[in-house]
Amino acid sequence: MITQYLFYFLSALAIASAAFVVFTRNPVYSALALIVTFFSIAGHYFLLDSSFLAAVHIIVYSGAIMVLFLYVIMMMNLNVDGEPVKSNLSKAGAVISGGLLMLVLIVALRDAEKMQINGNISADLGSVEYLGRVLYGQYILPFEVSAILFLAGMVGAVMLGKREIQ
Amino acid sequence: MNQDIIAGIPLVWYLWLSAILFAIGVTGVLYRRNAIVIFMCVELMLNAVNLLLVAFSRFHNDPGGQVFVFFIMAVAAAEVAVGLAILMMVFRNTKSTDIDFLNRLKF
Repeated sequence: MITQYLFYFLSALAIASAAFVVFTRNPVYSALALIVTFFSIAGHYFLLDSSFLAAVHIIVYSGAIMVLFLYVIMMMNLNVDGEPVKSNLSKAGAVISGGLLMLVLIVALRDAEKMQINGNISADLGSVEYLGRVLYGQYILPFEVSAILFLAGMVGAVMLGKREIQ
Repeated sequence: MNQDIIAGIPLVWYLWLSAILFAIGVTGVLYRRNAIVIFMCVELMLNAVNLLLVAFSRFHNDPGGQVFVFFIMAVAAAEVAVGLAILMMVFRNTKSTDIDFLNRLKF
């Protein structure tokens, strides 16, 4: 029972802060609300008993990605409300099309309600030990390829970010 | 105890939550003009999909979904680094993060 209340609370927090990310004017507030969203999604991972992914999510998203975002916002000095806004017509169009997409998704996923959990749920599915075995056993090649991807991303970011030498 | 956690929350609740979060992300991409906030909304959509993958992985008792989420996070981190570098470059040239400045990209 307590887990259901926890689910309600985390979901409400995630949806409210996600909406705040979209509808606030100041980009710094958007970034801070996005941190709240990430933490509530990490709470959902804990609720799903996936402690490894919850930890990785907090480290990667709240730690690395949000610091990068806030750093760039501060470098661009965007914490002023001088942002140009779209016309009311295109704003209404954005909200309507987003709402329609949500409607389509919910209706399309309606049949999933009949799905049942298949029997025995192993307790350690989300644990570091179990996922480590899977990651370094069955998925070792994608793991190495993602390391190369990181190298390429790092080189690309440095190359794009540095100033041209005259 | 573990059974209770999963049994207390039906899978379809996670489907609804992910659909709502994804729709909010799409709305944000269409609604805002600031390129950085649009980027944040893309991250929001990625997170909605990640949450759904973890939920399906738990309910189907299959670790593949969680490994997949791990790789999505890795790709998202690399994507943010490169994307923000591109945004810095654009900002340096146009002195603005307004994406409507970049509408000549479509020609």
